Formats: sequence, C-alpha cells, structure tokens
Amino acid sequence: MALRGNLRDFTITQLLNLINLASKTGTLVVDGASEQALISFREGKLAYARIGREDGSLAAVLHKANKINANQYRAIADRAGQMTDKELGLLLINAGYVSQDDILLNLQGYFTDVVRRLFTWVEGVFRFENDMLPPDDRINVRLDLENIIIEGSRQLRELEQLQDEIPSLDMALKFTDRPLTNVNLSVDEWKVVKFVDPKNTMRQIASTNKLTEIEVRRIVYGLLQAGLVELVRPLNAPTPPNPKMFPTQDKEEQKSLINKLIGRIRTM
Amino acid sequence: MQTVKMVVTGPFSAGKTQFIQSVSEIDVVATERKISSDEERSVKNATTVAMDFGRITVDEDLVLYLFGTPGQKRFDFMWEILSEGMLGFIVMVDSTRPETFREARSILETFRAYAPTPFVVAANKQDMEDAWEIEDVRNALRLDKSTKLLPCTATNRDTVKTVLLELLYSILHEMESGK
Repeated sequence: MALRGNLRDFTITQLLNLINLASKTGTLVVDGASEQALISFREGKLAYARIGREDGSLAAVLHKANKINANQYRAIADRAGQMTDKELGLLLINAGYVSQDDILLNLQGYFTDVVRRLFTWVEGVFRFENDMLPPDDRINVRLDLENIIIEGSRQLRELEQLQDEIPSLDMALKFTDRPLTNVNLSVDEWKVVKFVDPKNTMRQIASTNKLTEIEVRRIVYGLLQAGLVELVRPLNAPTPPNPKMFPTQDKEEQKSLINKLIGRIRTM
Repeated sequence: MQTVKMVVTGPFSAGKTQFIQSVSEIDVVATERKISSDEERSVKNATTVAMDFGRITVDEDLVLYLFGTPGQKRFDFMWEILSEGMLGFIVMVDSTRPETFREARSILETFRAYAPTPFVVAANKQDMEDAWEIEDVRNALRLDKSTKLLPCTATNRDTVKTVLLELLYSILHEMESGK
C-alpha cells in the first residue's frame, strides 16, 4: 500500500516517525499550499531535502552560512555551472576554502531547517516514492531522525497553542493605550511592531517581513500577553454578507423589532 | 412570520445547552452525543455535536431563535454556518474552570472575525463556591472595560434573561449610534 495522504490526517512528525521505524529509503513528496518539498531518506535517515524553488545548492548553503563570500558565490555560479555539488565540494576542500566537516555540518543544518519548516504546514498532500532516490549530483548526509521528530512534536504543540490564541492571521493589530516606552523588543518583534496598523493583517505583516506563520504568531502572542497590542478586524476587510440578520431593511422597523424582543424577554 | 437569531457559544461544558433550555419555550432540540474522550467524560457525559436550538415567540409575527454551538473544537466547522445572519452572540464561560478561559478567548475572537455583530460574555456558574470573581474573569479573558461581562447561572432564568437583555441593549445602542 502506497504511503500517501493528507497532512490534516497525518502530521509531518508522524510521517517521519513511520519512515524512521520502517528504515525506509525513498523520497517524501509534500505538496503544500504554495510550494512543494522533497525530503529524501536512506534506511530511515535523512539524506537530502529541498523546498520550493529555493536554491539549495552547496554554493548557496555555504554562502548563506558565510563560509564563502558573495563574490566567491557569484564566481562559482558563473564558472562552475556544470559542476556537480560533489565535484564542487572536492574543489573547495582542495583549495582550502572549507573543510569536509564544514560542508557536512552546513548541509545537515540546511536540510534540518527545511524539514523544520514543514512542521508548520497543516494543509497539503503527501506521498512516499520508494523509487525516487536523492539526486546523484547532490551531496547526501546521514542524519538520525529522532531529534528532529522530538523537535517537531514540540513545535506542533506550540503551534496548536498559538492557533488557539490567534485563530486567524487575517485579523489585524492595533496598539493599546499602553505606551511602548521602556519595552525591550527583539529585531523581529520590532519588524512586526513597525507594521501594527488596523489596515494590515498579520498575514501581510508576516509576508512583508518574510516570517513564517509560527514566527509571526509567536511574536504577536508575546505582544498580546504584554498588553501592547490587541486583535482587531482589518479596516479594509469587506464585511461578510449578513443579509438575513433582520427580516426587514428598514432601520426603524429593525429598532422596533429589537424593542419588541426586549419587551418580550422582560415579561418572561 | 419574521425570524431572528442569536448564537450562544463557548467552550465545552460552559453551560450553553442549559442556558438555552432556561428560556426556550420549546424543549431544546439538542444534538447531543455520548463523549468518547475520558478527560471530557469526567466533566460531563454528553455534548452538543451540531447545535442546540431554542425558541422564544414574541408575537404571531416575530420569533427569536437561539442557537447553541458545539463546544468541542473538532466540531468548529459548524460555527461559521451557525453565525450567518445572527443579531449578536453570547460567549459562555464556566467561571469554575479557568483552564477553559483561553479557549473561550479564542472562540470570542473567531466569532468576532465571522461577523462584526454585538456580543456579551456570560460568566456562568457564578453560584458555585469555586467560581472566579467577575473582575478576575475579565482580566483572564483580557476583556476591555467596554465589553459586557455578566454574572450568570444558566439554571436561573432571571440571570439568563439579563444576559439576553444586555445583548439586545447593545444591539439597540449600536443601531442608534449608527455603527
């Protein structure tokens, strides 16, 4: 029976656990709301991961980790376009730019980060392809899944709690009367605070600041708890149609109807 | 025949069904089912899975329907459907179970997002010894001073009437202020 289904019924953490226990080899393909992720495994261990159109090449990973500078990254992209990651890795090690450990640790970090981002996906479908192995031209790692699963479960619990507190990111924020003076905020918190305005939904704030759903929820939760902001309906949001609220559209008749209800309940 | 409706919502076991029963002139049409979870069964034996439905006839031309929402989160797909066309809503919270306050707050925000209609919060089971005081409930739910938080005992018809009246006053006030 093919391993396929919906993330609403089966979480990423549960899938990783299953792959780990069965020591599976193959690729987990997850089609999320806006992008696709490919996570490859060898004998139940994480080997490779890719998300959307993100450049997960060795050069990009090392550049992001500040192991090579922007000029070196550009030069590699220009001159070593046809080179596989394995060849590039050897070249960089031989040239003394990085060590083998640098390469493996940074790739492990990047692949783990990709999987970590998947933990916040609640919508999407998945399938496990036994025949799809990690790409040959990319460097594979062998990473135990246990720690990733534990971290995923923790994140999932946190996400569920945050979703209870902030059910929809389509709500906006406004400042309360409490002044913002003497408040120590982190850089990410300031990024959110800068856009606090009843015109901006939390989804827009997250997208502008390139924050994930869980990151923006975590920050907003902190601001809510501190009493600095409150949730409001976005100013420009269309009011949902509520045509049947009153059986009449006449304002005076509507008031009369409410007064009748008041009178009736008073005499009950 | 003209009909209008109000929605009574709140966490599991907040007292929504009892609230409606106290004022409904018909036996509440309830869709209760036995509870499967041990944790929830320790609180009560049956819960609403679709809706409760009560009726107050004003005269031969006007009827008020009261809809109670299912309290368990897995039935929350019903909430949006029930909120369509409501005059306003009541959020019930069990004053003796602070562990449900966070969920009550979340339900309140969800309903506010569905429709910008007036609402009141009813702090139920105020007759119980271990009930939180009203102002403590207000702080725990992070309600501002302008939000009506009313003491209530769902089995007591008078307190239920007061909650309904306060919601109607809020609706009238909003109409008169042209909001």
